[in-house]
Amino acid sequence: MQLFSDAWREGWAMLTAGSVDVWTIVFTSVRVSGTATLIALVIGLPVGLLVGTKRFIGRRAALVIFNAGMGLPPVVVGLIVAMTLSRRGPLGDLGLLYSQQAMVIAQVVIAVPIVMAITAASVAAVPRELILQARSLGAGRWRRSILTLSEARMGLIAAVAGGFGAIISEVGAVQMVGGNLEGDTRVMTTGIMQFTRMGRYGEALALAAILMAIVIGVNVILTGLQTSADRWERDSR
Amino acid sequence: MLAIVLVLALVGCNTKATTPSPAPIENAATEVVLASTTSTQDSGLFDVLIPAFEKASPEYKVKVIAVGTGEALKLGETKDADVLLVHAKADEEKFVAAGFGVARKNVMYNDFVLVGPASDPAAIRGSADTTAAMLAIEKAGKAGKAQFVSRGDDSGTHKKELKLWGAAGVTPTPTPDTNAWYLSTGQGMGETLKVANEKAAYTLVDRATFLSSQKANPDIAVLYEKDKGLLNQYGVIVVKDAKNQAAGQAFAGWILSAEGQKVIGEYGVEEFGQQLFVPNADY
Repeated sequence: MQLFSDAWREGWAMLTAGSVDVWTIVFTSVRVSGTATLIALVIGLPVGLLVGTKRFIGRRAALVIFNAGMGLPPVVVGLIVAMTLSRRGPLGDLGLLYSQQAMVIAQVVIAVPIVMAITAASVAAVPRELILQARSLGAGRWRRSILTLSEARMGLIAAVAGGFGAIISEVGAVQMVGGNLEGDTRVMTTGIMQFTRMGRYGEALALAAILMAIVIGVNVILTGLQTSADRWERDSR
Repeated sequence: MLAIVLVLALVGCNTKATTPSPAPIENAATEVVLASTTSTQDSGLFDVLIPAFEKASPEYKVKVIAVGTGEALKLGETKDADVLLVHAKADEEKFVAAGFGVARKNVMYNDFVLVGPASDPAAIRGSADTTAAMLAIEKAGKAGKAQFVSRGDDSGTHKKELKLWGAAGVTPTPTPDTNAWYLSTGQGMGETLKVANEKAAYTLVDRATFLSSQKANPDIAVLYEKDKGLLNQYGVIVVKDAKNQAAGQAFAGWILSAEGQKVIGEYGVEEFGQQLFVPNADY
């Protein structure tokens, strides 16, 4: 246990002293994963809405692909994105490998299927009669979409939490396409791996504590939104 | 449920471990935990060295943990390893002086090379010595013409690089915060070489690792080599009061013996056409 208490004391000292290194890493993590989550929502919400509500040929196949995509191994995404962006790869001219942009790209690829699948499942659960009734009252396509999304908001919050939680905790892909460059592409997960390998358990534990705090914090906020949405629903009935 | 999975996993491991070895002695083998560095692992030396040791001493089975020299020493401190094979002489001596190791012995050496883009923007080819080469990289870096990729992971290679900057009078040592031309990966040699290849940057690498990964990194080449300042000495340390100190001692004794030294000296000749490590144990 002494190993833990020593490391914890060291890590705590580093956090409270405002050690620039540690906070730069945290900031990079939040910025990269936050950006990737936003982009994943912009892509995933409309597609999820479409697949969840419309009936068309190939819908089943699309659902199967999304659901399978939720289990997409991040290392595989890392491999494909790294090869694509490598200087000898198809998009090599952009010179993006080992940059924050590359990390955002890989994380978007990981998060989009998660957002799509959860969105599709939650909008599909919205009672069809409600939408038909809205239609009969003269609501246009746009208004009906908004209504559907707002009815499914609990699921949408889950989609945000699921997407963000998956990518901020992910290590394989960001390591492969980011390269863990100090002050540039080093994020919490790759930093934890590196510091552990170097035997610097203090820094590793400090980053691990912040990562846990962020993941739990985001979920507390989102669960709060869910329950207040729930309450609002009950009260307005 | 968990118990069932565990039992299944154990059963699975057992059958795997026993089927290829008809000799019952294999099951009774004592495990020796060897903590060493990623560059030694990446050079492929262990693929030859360890089978040779296990053949000579079938009562032992070696488990290699390849990490940076920094963590390898830490694993010795926490007694998670029985024997260490690392390359940072000053730290190794400190480790023994602090009472964690029995003794430190020279095993072998190899050499580092400075690699970079074939166009050599810093013009380090034909430098007078290692110091001049390092200064040329710094100058080109500051002029925005070149980049240098550091391991940045407390490994033996990283420590060697810091020593070279110091010897060249580049103080304080460059950091990514203050020098845009200086990158730090915090990763193993293989990944660091890939970053150097991708960014057309310079880096310091041991010859063995560079040769064994040259195919994957076609855009960088050896630009400066064969200077006294680039030698890399490996040492072996038996961890004091480790779980299997006797086994660790046996492994250390064997690689320092004429037999072990011969295996080290012959490695690489067949595959790369050149000797990669020079044995230099003091008998």
